Amino acid sequence: MQTIDLRGISCPTNFVKAKLALEDLDDGTAANILLDDGEPVKNVPRSLKADGHKLLGLKQSDEGHYILEIQKVEE
Amino acid sequence: MEETKQTKLDLNNLKAGGFIKERGKNLFTVRLRVPGGRMSVSRLKKIAEVAEKFGGEFVHLSVRQSIELININFKDFDAVVEELGEKQQKVASCGARVRVPVACGGCEYNPNGLVDTQKSALEVDEKLFGTPTGHHKFKVAFAGCPFDCPKSSTNDVGFSGAIEPTLDKATCISCGLCVKSCVPKALVIGENNKPVLIAEKCIWCGDCVKVCPTEAWSVKKKGYTVRIGGKWGRNPLVGTLFATFLPEDKAVDFIAAVLEWYKLKAEGLGRIRLGDTIIKEGADELLNHLRSQFPQYVVTETIAPQIIQTQVGTH
Repeated sequence: MQTIDLRGISCPTNFVKAKLALEDLDDGTAANILLDDGEPVKNVPRSLKADGHKLLGLKQSDEGHYILEIQKVEE
Repeated sequence: MEETKQTKLDLNNLKAGGFIKERGKNLFTVRLRVPGGRMSVSRLKKIAEVAEKFGGEFVHLSVRQSIELININFKDFDAVVEELGEKQQKVASCGARVRVPVACGGCEYNPNGLVDTQKSALEVDEKLFGTPTGHHKFKVAFAGCPFDCPKSSTNDVGFSGAIEPTLDKATCISCGLCVKSCVPKALVIGENNKPVLIAEKCIWCGDCVKVCPTEAWSVKKKGYTVRIGGKWGRNPLVGTLFATFLPEDKAVDFIAAVLEWYKLKAEGLGRIRLGDTIIKEGADELLNHLRSQFPQYVVTETIAPQIIQTQVGTH
């Protein structure tokens, strides 16, 4: 599964980078998105949902960042 | 003998105020009526034309979302009003009247917005704008969500959009996104990793509904949280809670009921704002008045508007 590492990138650049990365994936493909705690993990999942993608789950890694599992949904 | 030239003006144009004296002789600021701060591009162009023809080098964007034309000669009042076009762009108000309501962008394009503040602002502007209070100014603001960018609780009546969420446990996949998204920490992980809402902590912002991947969280109730008695200025007050989940279509009637109480209770108290009237009369007085008309939405108890100490001047 592809990993999109958005750690260390703040809003809204992280969301735009996620959008660009998802453009390269085929419809229905799942990916892991790595997000920092705080604003990123609060904002990015919701924005991706609003773009029509399917959120599958959220896990916290041992290092403290979050791993958002997402499935690309083409409009 | 030469005839003296008398300036003729339609004084009806001045009825609601909105023409404010400037420093220079004969010069006035013309405050335009922009409810909710929404300005169509075509109106903006028209205003630019009028400003160029009659005003100074710039316009001013007021704190309450108005465009103010600067350096207008009072002799041009009629021409300014006519050229702005009575239907398209009206002049605002000043003085002891209901002012133009302020609002955030609302819910049409702003992802945080829970209610249609723009619609509410237009309704209040249409029904209550310019109403004389008999005492002091009266300001209303609409925020689309509890983040309250328009600072609604610093208004005489301040509205902020709110939703009560409800969880369908069967649809919930226990992903934890809602718990992580909940800033006031009103959600905790309960049995089977399903979220549990602690109502006392919830500010009704709807972030859980927005992030939920499976629509397990949905909107149970929607409306306005209403705070009353706020103001800023020399002696600031923050408005306090009088109603929750007031339906959007009841905002005008609710404000009218507050106005009715204010007009009556501030009689004989001089130039006094609503908040100070509540402090004098007691918050329960207003609460009971509102409960008689809006029993489902008025809170069981409240406190008087809260004084903010500015540390300058003692009184």
